[in-house]
This record gives sequence, structure tokens and C-alpha cells, in this order.
Amino acid sequence: MTATTLAIEVSGLTKSYGDLSVLDGVDLTVAEGTVYALLGPNGAGKTTIINILSTLLTPGDGEIRVAGADVRRDPAAVRAAIGVTGQFSAIDELLTGRENLRLMADLAHLGRAAAARTVAVMLERFDLVDAADRRAHTYSGGMKRRLDLAMTLIGRPRLIFLDEPTAGLDPRSRRDLWAIVREQVAEGVTVLLTTQYLDEADHLADRIGVLDGGRLVAEGTAAELKRRVPGGRVSVQFTDPARLAAAAAAHPHATTDAQALTLQVPNDGSIAGLRSVLDALDHDGVAGLTVESADLDDVFLALTGHPAEARASEEIPA
Amino acid sequence: MSTAYTVRDSATMLRRNLVHIRRYPSLSIMLVGQPILFLLLFVYVFGATMGAGLPGHAGVGDRSAYLVYIAPGILVMTVASVALGTAISTATDMTTGIIARFRTMNIARASVLTGHVLGAVIKTAFAVTIVTAFMVLLGFRAGAGPLGWLAAMGLLILVAFALSWLTVGMGLAADSVETASNTPMFLVILPFVSSAFVPTEAMPPGLRFVAEHQPFTPIINALRALLLGLPPGSDVWVAIGWCVVISLFGYLWSRRLFVRVPAK
Repeated sequence: MTATTLAIEVSGLTKSYGDLSVLDGVDLTVAEGTVYALLGPNGAGKTTIINILSTLLTPGDGEIRVAGADVRRDPAAVRAAIGVTGQFSAIDELLTGRENLRLMADLAHLGRAAAARTVAVMLERFDLVDAADRRAHTYSGGMKRRLDLAMTLIGRPRLIFLDEPTAGLDPRSRRDLWAIVREQVAEGVTVLLTTQYLDEADHLADRIGVLDGGRLVAEGTAAELKRRVPGGRVSVQFTDPARLAAAAAAHPHATTDAQALTLQVPNDGSIAGLRSVLDALDHDGVAGLTVESADLDDVFLALTGHPAEARASEEIPA
Repeated sequence: MSTAYTVRDSATMLRRNLVHIRRYPSLSIMLVGQPILFLLLFVYVFGATMGAGLPGHAGVGDRSAYLVYIAPGILVMTVASVALGTAISTATDMTTGIIARFRTMNIARASVLTGHVLGAVIKTAFAVTIVTAFMVLLGFRAGAGPLGWLAAMGLLILVAFALSWLTVGMGLAADSVETASNTPMFLVILPFVSSAFVPTEAMPPGLRFVAEHQPFTPIINALRALLLGLPPGSDVWVAIGWCVVISLFGYLWSRRLFVRVPAK
């Protein structure tokens, strides 16, 4: 039994709504103290997995243990160990930020003094001190997300689920949130997150699972996945069409955009690959250069053979 | 989950609901306004005519006599009106993301609902006090002593408790806030087919049978006796019985719905 080192053990998980199969035999293990990212487009089944693991939804088939407890037989033990921040804001908008945190502290059964102390610490740590006594409906998107996460963390869960935690956030809020997640991991917390962004999975996750149509189609570290994806490229912008044509002739695998005066050369992201592109270029005549790594579309194209687009018919009821 | 945590979680949820009531007063004001409107309508528009038709008045009744007669009915309507709001606020709450959060937490499951019910009962106590004060202002004088008043208020609180569990269930069962504001309307209508505004003897036989066997009639009769300082007889026990049955049904129904209803 390896239950002591595994925070999540899922085997053969299925879920369907009538004839519509949403999860089609998912196997998933997450070691304690690590970050696992479920990567996939809308409708892939990410939220359904989170909802089942957090006891919000009953699973179809499969063995599911979260924090060592069976989600069907002992949901209370699961709930005692987890914290969830869903896709939709789970704050009480009629209450102030402080009152929201106090509500969570009380429900976590902290004592009066401990609750007050913890609320103050969380307000400070999540940069909400100035807004603490304002009603939450006046908060910006980033502030709401921070409050949401603070509410999840106030009970000190050992395992947290984050469902698209940075969707709709500006770049700065996104980085703030990443920093908070890393802090948690440093404290030994296990994190399961879902995301549509490869760079987010790349930044945060120890392991990444690519979910498509209710199945895990690939799993591994970010580096392992990227090696399987040839989607990286170097884009070179030229000053005039003649130079573009000359460079295009030197790179038979490149694609040319004559209107934007741009040449896109496939690239695996290695220094050697980049250098060979650079060596073939003249110094003058190049207006700009960008190195683009594989994105979710590339991953999907490579791993599933189809682009990562949401299929409306497979939207998951949350 | 121990009983101590159930009580503690319910108290926490009650505090949350009391803050909601304070922060969103317009709903409460509307709900207290409704029985006051009926009170004014019945006393000043219908009062003189209706008062003359009361038994024992032999055609010479007046507004003040009618005010005394309808007081218990108006108080019960106040309770029903607040209960209507409970269905709305429960349904509204279910649309917010925080309910899903509560479901993933290791807390007493029913505490979310208990918080709504206890909040509603406290709200009802305020509403009943306001409406009673208003009736006294209009000239209502009851023959009851302090004990009678206390018993009357106790019965009203019990009715509030029963109707709150029932309307929490309606709020959970509703697929939208609009539905939740419609389904409990019968609670405001039902007192009209009772002994609230006219003696049931004045109704045709079929309707009279309905009026005499629906829960509001024994509740109103018991309240009327208590407020007048008369012995309430068996009505008070029938009234309590109805309240217990409705509470139990509402509680079990709501619990089942809360576990079943998926996160929105």
C-alpha cells in the first residue's frame, strides 16, 4: 500500500450524463507534495474530474482515493483534507473580504483568537488589507481570485484543487497567483490544477496530464511532453521581400508569410537549433526575431491529431 | 460530525444570513409591507361593512371590532410573507458559487439550511413585532394578559419555523429564483380561505370544509383565543400538530434536495 505517499489515486474513472460520456476511463496518480496539471481544452473533462475528486459529483465507475480516503465511502475524510477553488468565484459578495475569511475560519473550527489572527495574516499575505472592510462585490477580478484562494487556504488543507485558477486574470495577477501556489508547495501541500495554458502547466507543474475527450492522452513532465511536440518555431521578420525570399530558399521547411515579411522556421527549442537558424541569416535586413515555444494547440495537434478547440456539445455541466 | 460542530456550524451560517438580511433590506421591507397593506385595506376599505357582519354584532359592528377580528390572520400572513422571502433568498443563495465551496468543506451539511431557517425565524419575529405595533397604533387592543401574548408569540414563532423549513425546500426545489418567488404564493393566498377575515360559517359547504380543515384555520383560531384572553381549547393542539408535521416534512425534504441538487 502506497497510500501514504500518494495524495490522489484514480483508476478507471468514468462519468457520463445519459448517453454522453464525459470521462472515459481516467487513470491518475499524484504524489504528495507535488503539483499535477490537467491540461486540456473546454469540454475535455477537467472540471468533471475536479468535481468528482472534491466530492461535488458522484463518479460513474472506478476506484478513487483522495488523501487516502475513498470518495464514495468516506467523503467527510476527503473534505477534511482538501481545499477547492473552482472556476467560478466562490466568495460571498454581500460580505466584506474580512467577513468572508472569518466565515471560513469559523467553519474550519478555529478558536476565536486563532480565527482573528489567521484572518489578519491572510489579508496581509494576499494583499487585501486595504480592501478588507469593503464588500466583496466591489473587488476586481484579481482581488476576488485572491480572496477566493485565501478562503480555500485558511483551513490549511493538505491538498488543494485549483480549477483554471488564472482564467481571465491579467498577467500580473497571474504571476501573483503562481507565486502563491509555489509557496504552498514549498510548505508540502499537494496541488491538482487544471489549465488551458501550456506555459502555466510548464511554470507550476511537476507532472502534466493532457486530457482530451474524457481520456488522458499523454502524461509526463513538461520537458517530456515538449520533446514529443515539434511545435516550437523561430519567427524572423525581414525588412524587404528580397531578403525574405533569400532566407526562405535557405530553409526549405520554413513557412513564408509574404505580407508580414515573416519566415517561420520549425525549431525544437535547443540552442543548437536556434544557432543554425541564426548562422544562416544576414545581420542587416532582419527587422525582428521571436522564439516561440510549443503552445497548447501544438500539443494537441501532435498528441491527438486535432486542434484544441472547445466542442460546444461537450461542455461539462459544472 | 459531532453535535457540537452541527450547532457551531449552524450558528456560523445564521450569522452569515443575518448579515445578508442587514445588507439587503429592501426584500425584508417589501415582505413586511405586504401584510400592512392588507391590514389597511381590510380595516379602512372593508372594515365597516365586514365588521357589521361579524357574529354577535347584529349589523352594527365597526372598524375596530373588525380590526380585532382580523389581527390573528394578519399576523399569520406576516409569517407567510416572510416565508415567501425565505424561498427567494434560499434559491438566490443556491445560485452563488459559495454553496459549492460549502459542499466541499467538512462541515455539518444541514447547517447551510439551518442558517436560513433560523435567520428567517428571527426576521419573522421582527416583522411580527412591527406589524403588531402598527395594529396597536390603529387602535388594536387585545384582552390577553402577558401570558396570552407570550403564548401567541410562541405559536407564531412555531408557525414561522414550520413555514421556513417548507419554503427553504421550495427554494431548493425551484430551478430559478423566479420560480422560487412564485411557488410559495399559495401561503399568502391560503389565509383568505380560512377563518382569518370571515367566520368559516359564512362560506358555502364545500369551501367551508376546506377552510375548516386547512392548517391556517386552527392556527388563526388558537391565536385569536390567545390574544383575546380566552381558552384556546383544542385548536392550539391541532395548530401545534400541523406545525410539527410541516416542519418535519420541510426539514426532510430540504435535506434530501440539498444533498441531491448539483453545484450550480
